[in-house]
Amino acid sequence: MPAVPDQLPAPGPPRTPVLAPSPRLWQMRCAEVLVAGACLAVLASTGAGLAAGPALAGLAAMVVLAGAIGVLWFVRNRFRSWSYQERDEDLIVQRGVMIRRLSVVPYGRMQFVDVTAGPVDRLFRLATVRLHTAAAASDARIPGLERDEAARLRDRLAALGEAKAAGL
Amino acid sequence: MTGPPGQPAAPGPPAPPGPPAPPGGWHRLHPFSPVVRSGRGIIALLAVLALSRTMTGGSRSPWVDIGIACAAALAAVISWLVTRWRLDGDTLRIESGLLRRDSRQLPVARIQAVDVVQPFLARALGLAELRVRLAGSSHADGRLAYLTEQAALDLRARLLAAHHGLDPATPAPAEQIAVVVPTGRLAASVLLSASGGALVAVLAGAVVAVVLALVSPAGLAALGLAVLWWLVIGASLLWRRVSTQYGFTVAQSPDGIRVRRGLLGTVAETIPVLRVQAVRMIEPLLWRPLGWCRLEVDVAGSPGRDVADGTARARKTLLPVGERDQARYLLALALPAAAGPGPGLVRPPGRARWKAPLSYHFLAAGHDAGTAVAVTGRLRKVTTWVPLAKAQSVRYVQGPVQRRLGLATVHLDAAGHHVRAEFRERPQPQAQLLTDELAALSRAARRAGRGQAARVVPPVNAAQSEA
Repeated sequence: MPAVPDQLPAPGPPRTPVLAPSPRLWQMRCAEVLVAGACLAVLASTGAGLAAGPALAGLAAMVVLAGAIGVLWFVRNRFRSWSYQERDEDLIVQRGVMIRRLSVVPYGRMQFVDVTAGPVDRLFRLATVRLHTAAAASDARIPGLERDEAARLRDRLAALGEAKAAGL
Repeated sequence: MTGPPGQPAAPGPPAPPGPPAPPGGWHRLHPFSPVVRSGRGIIALLAVLALSRTMTGGSRSPWVDIGIACAAALAAVISWLVTRWRLDGDTLRIESGLLRRDSRQLPVARIQAVDVVQPFLARALGLAELRVRLAGSSHADGRLAYLTEQAALDLRARLLAAHHGLDPATPAPAEQIAVVVPTGRLAASVLLSASGGALVAVLAGAVVAVVLALVSPAGLAALGLAVLWWLVIGASLLWRRVSTQYGFTVAQSPDGIRVRRGLLGTVAETIPVLRVQAVRMIEPLLWRPLGWCRLEVDVAGSPGRDVADGTARARKTLLPVGERDQARYLLALALPAAAGPGPGLVRPPGRARWKAPLSYHFLAAGHDAGTAVAVTGRLRKVTTWVPLAKAQSVRYVQGPVQRRLGLATVHLDAAGHHVRAEFRERPQPQAQLLTDELAALSRAARRAGRGQAARVVPPVNAAQSEA
């Protein structure tokens, strides 16, 4: 491993702020998990109740709810792991709990940006910004951005992409 | 294969290939194009019709069959009539389609590769197809099928000259042959790479045969038939590999690297050097004792349809089999930044064995200011060179096992699917530094490359004085 040359920026404190998705993403994930958990709990308790009586029905519901809380803990860590940073020349996106990933995507390599918002996203007034490059693997996706922030990021990325565009 | 006689409605008398028309106007494809394009289809159609006749006992009138064949031929002729192309300035325009008009504009500056393809029938008639490959999906490719061979070569020279910012009338530059693959070596390499699978098949077949011989002799005959069938299929696959790579010649030319290959049908691919995204050297297990390797280059674009001759692929073979010296020589041609001894390779620490017990054997990676090199694989040793100027993104990935071992992997992605150099199993602090360093180095290389591209595209008057 060659030593880091002097002219390279030392990996010191970041000059640009590290941003994170909106806290509403956490609310959205909570809602998703709780709704799914409640549906599953109702199904499981009716199933268990019909098969083996009311005592087991309560137990089944409790087990499912405990599972949902476990999932919530995981989802919270995942939500916290998202961060992005707009540097002068590139965008850095960080994510993942089990598998940690950090992508550095230069603005000049951007092919297009897309902003998507599914029905649940729209309910929470959130959107996902995704930056595509010519490489299939470079995955720069930022979920759970508030609409204004998503629009700002989209416009800024598009402008920077145009300014720094490099051919293939 | 039959020529024009197999065509019920061959278009008029064959126009002799006249002198090339002045540039700028609309051109038609060669009048024999419908014959060649639909030649195979018509033969297949006639065969199916004849078969169905014998099956149904010939109760149908023969005119129905002739009508169907004529309709197919007419469709081919109409498609020829409504297709036209022109090259004006820096755009190649191709218009086709009768009901759904398709007008395609291919900016020459975006060309990724130009191929001249001659299937057997076209070659017999002195025709050739020109394929212009752009980045993006293979649907965006421009295909002119067919031109006369000379017209196709002329148009290729004009397109490539315009691509490099020269006057399109610049004659095709002289090329210098770099490597020719001997047929014997090609056949040996194909047999060797197939022999692993064949050995397994033979062993499995022997076991089954012994079991069957003990149980029932009738089953043995059935097995014999099945084996015969598989042998025929295997032989035809091997034959296809040899015939598409036959006479493999790599030539160096100022407008790109030119690859010629093919036994019955021939293919001539031209890859502009600045379009190379990555180069890969592959050393399969059975080739290693002989010191043989294969070299592939990646150009931008989706994998696309896998046409039999392999020209639609984003991954092109630069050397089907050769010695390492030849591969190094071609590598220097395709990737001038990787010429010379190359960056020193660094091996991952010993604890990486826990994560990658098999592939640890060859794992190594390194980089300098221009190129990243990574070695991966166990049975197939794969060495990948990615020019930093072509890097699309840098990724740092750490899985749970890697975290426990304090390791991480850094990917340097180039355009395409699975085109990347992987710095696998580096110690975590090094990997973090490496991510920043690769991002900064590729930024610098990109800037330098932009200056280089500006130099390669000189103003037209300067180019003319050069030429």
